[in-house]
Amino acid sequence: MTTGDDLAAMERLVVRSDQDVVRVRQLVRTLAVSVKLSLVDQTKLVTAASELARNTLVYGGGGTVDAGRVDSGRRSGIRVVFTDQGPGIPDLDLALTDGYTTGGGLGLGLSGARRLVDEFDIDTAVGRGTRISVTKWCR
Amino acid sequence: MERVPVLKIGDILLVSIQIDMEDQVALQLQEDLADRIVQTGCHGVIIDISALDIVDSFVGRTLATIASISRVLDAETVVVGMRPAVAITLVELGLSLPGIRTALNVELGMALLAGWHRDFAFRHDDDDEDDADEAVVTAS
Repeated sequence: MTTGDDLAAMERLVVRSDQDVVRVRQLVRTLAVSVKLSLVDQTKLVTAASELARNTLVYGGGGTVDAGRVDSGRRSGIRVVFTDQGPGIPDLDLALTDGYTTGGGLGLGLSGARRLVDEFDIDTAVGRGTRISVTKWCR
Repeated sequence: MERVPVLKIGDILLVSIQIDMEDQVALQLQEDLADRIVQTGCHGVIIDISALDIVDSFVGRTLATIASISRVLDAETVVVGMRPAVAITLVELGLSLPGIRTALNVELGMALLAGWHRDFAFRHDDDDEDDADEAVVTAS
């Protein structure tokens, strides 16, 4: 996680089913509204969260999502962290390529989600799991 | 599990998605619609997504699949009511929904389907009935 950011308490959701992905969308939407992200930015962040929460479920075999407000200087935003103890991503560059998929999807989840947020950090190790942190700042 | 209702209005099946769909609900809708198209013989499907505040790649792919399945079953699909923020996000996500016809609202979607139906009917009409109807088309 980026240092120097003041992170408020994060809320944690467990992701084990389709229903949990819906809950993640709802939580991120509520948080995005609370820091007054613009409507387009809310939509982008919630969409990115939906893609990444589904990845946590489908590829990571389930995991957790932590979401909360983050402040840095005068800026505020929302940070969402997706963590799983799944198989990890062997070739990250390939996984971040548009259209690449191992799961039968469109291959837009990871690469598309990265385009929709301001900060995107990924930490993955084969056999240990994947942790992705995304942040959207108010403009 | 919740289910998205499919309404029949004349020759059109109307689906208005009013809930934040779980993935399974979207897949169920795909099956329900295919069944209803075959049962009813409807030639048009309108999917109203004006209540959706996001469309992610899964829902986008489901819409594209529904449109393809409908076409194979002799029905055309129009997706209507997409919010501007959803359109912006979808394109940035990398999903431009190729092969899906869209209209701004249900009314325009119905007009689009009616237009298709009329064009289709013309191509297949016998010559002797055409003249009067063609005049109308030329005028419009």
